[in-house]
Amino acid sequence: MTVPDGGQSRDFGPEGPDVAGPSRGQSRDFGPLLTRPAPPARSAPVQRTARVAATRPVGAYVELALDAPDIAATAQPGQFVAFAVGGPTSAMLLRRSIAIAGVGEGRVTVVVAPHGPGSSWLAGRRAGDDVDVLGPLGRPFPMPPPGTPALLVGGGYGAAALVGLAAELRAAGSRVAAVSGAATAGRLCSVDELTALADPVVVTTDDGSAGRQGRVTDAVAELVGEAGVVYACGPMGMLRAVAEDAGAAGVPSYVAVEESMACGIGVCMTCVLPVVGADGCTRLSRSCVEGPVFGGDRVRFADVGTLTWDVVGADAMGVGAP
Amino acid sequence: MTGLAVPWGQSRDFGPTGDVDMSTALGSAPLVSPVLTASGCSAFGRELEPFFDLRSIGAVVTKSVQLRTRSGRPTPRMAETPSGMLNSIGLQGPGIDGLLAEDLPWLAERGVPAFVSIAGTRVEDFAELAARLRGVPGVLGLEVNISCPNVESRGEVFACDPVAAADVVAAVRAAADPAQPVYAKLSPDVTDIVPVARSVAAAGADGLSMINTLLGLVIDPDTMRPVLGGVTGGLSGPAIRPVALRCVWQVHQALPEVPILGMGGIRTGLDALQFVLAGARAVSVGTAVFNDPSAPARIHAELAAALGARGFPSLRDAVGYAHR
Repeated sequence: MTVPDGGQSRDFGPEGPDVAGPSRGQSRDFGPLLTRPAPPARSAPVQRTARVAATRPVGAYVELALDAPDIAATAQPGQFVAFAVGGPTSAMLLRRSIAIAGVGEGRVTVVVAPHGPGSSWLAGRRAGDDVDVLGPLGRPFPMPPPGTPALLVGGGYGAAALVGLAAELRAAGSRVAAVSGAATAGRLCSVDELTALADPVVVTTDDGSAGRQGRVTDAVAELVGEAGVVYACGPMGMLRAVAEDAGAAGVPSYVAVEESMACGIGVCMTCVLPVVGADGCTRLSRSCVEGPVFGGDRVRFADVGTLTWDVVGADAMGVGAP
Repeated sequence: MTGLAVPWGQSRDFGPTGDVDMSTALGSAPLVSPVLTASGCSAFGRELEPFFDLRSIGAVVTKSVQLRTRSGRPTPRMAETPSGMLNSIGLQGPGIDGLLAEDLPWLAERGVPAFVSIAGTRVEDFAELAARLRGVPGVLGLEVNISCPNVESRGEVFACDPVAAADVVAAVRAAADPAQPVYAKLSPDVTDIVPVARSVAAAGADGLSMINTLLGLVIDPDTMRPVLGGVTGGLSGPAIRPVALRCVWQVHQALPEVPILGMGGIRTGLDALQFVLAGARAVSVGTAVFNDPSAPARIHAELAAALGARGFPSLRDAVGYAHR
């Protein structure tokens, strides 16, 4: 394994250390980056009709298990699936993208958080219903060198996306610690699954209704020093805090973002975030095909929802250098 | 929708399309299918490769390209609306250099015809883009996007003014490869679309693409502010289909000899049939791709079946049939 060590790169990307190369865009110095852009998935996605094999309430959420052997066979931790909702004549046209929480025996499991008409329709599916699903989509979490100790941080139902990763890390010889946090006990997710794979598992809730009262970042601060890599999935504010804490500790982090997507496959261009690329230049990158997993130090969280002059192509939008 | 899964790397087969002759043309450019993607809804085609055979449709209509690389607008860029969506992307794209270096060669290597959408803020921009695309392998023709609502000067959309629209089209036609048909993409956000159509046809357009999105707005009742970063956005999807169909009908009635590429909310083969009956010789499938990435191939199969069921020996026999 790699040990934190002043001056030595702990980069474990497939293409070696990050070096800013020539580019067409503006680059701004963000200091030494600890991550490589996540590489693409092994397999292309499929579109299929999948039968709901089982459903199960999980706190405020609903877990759906789908019979989808082709997706289950190729999915990698961090990837997601995208559902059409409401049936073939639905007035809701946009796909609902949800992280894969687990695969096995030809099934794909997802945790649905009902909060609008589309996700509520999905959460209302029953065993035997059919759904149209695309997957596996997006880039998976990059794996560290075998044995690298890992810290996994999940916010709300985002914790579900980390279960498969925890299993894969364990199988590769990593010690895995996990933090699962939420606003309240009912919004925690995957605590039992993570407990079977990780040690310690720290649970936090904002209201103290389960585990420690407080934020995941409190626990992250305690555990990050033991980690050679941090992985996180959850709301943007949490991802930003975790990425900053990891960066401050000199530990690379990879975050799986939850950006709203219309298509999930890279054609609609709605789910973009400002992300620093391998060449050091920031582009508005699609969360669905260039993510959802990004190096935590590559997402410019403070600039989400704005267009800054140093983004490639901002000059053509009339946003020039100050 | 078929319930059969296919192994990755292979695309879905929607079965034989019967004996109906589905061939058509965009101006002088022949097409094996009357179903195309719609500009801005399928990027440059590559992302759809896992879902259907791109060579089985008429062409990939590329996302509008400009001279320079564009970042597009900040987020939020999208809001779902009843049977549709509002978008404010701002023409994010690689610029003509990137298109020529990467995206068009990718399509050409696979034998996928490209209909290249071009956009700009000045007449000269459009002409330069047309000149850069002369003789490029695989480029079937040009769609001139004079109607994008998400441009800097929202009040100055070329397609809202018959004279400005004609200026762009004349410049593109003069600069473009004579073998590449030039289609003008029109906006429905005008009092009367027929004079605009007549004006660009007189300026040398080989055909008309109808329609672009309608300008719309959504306000978030919680924040009590517009949802989109760009405030207003373009409305697309089945919600706009009757408007699009009306535009195609009116223009075909007034200018029956001008070829029309119809689009706006097409989701099924029967939707496409309506556009053909109204006068479209080909159709583009846009927002439906977000819902169903194999929609263009599915709609081709459904349209062929629908034509066959109605006794049409060929697509061409059905064009404008509703005007009888």
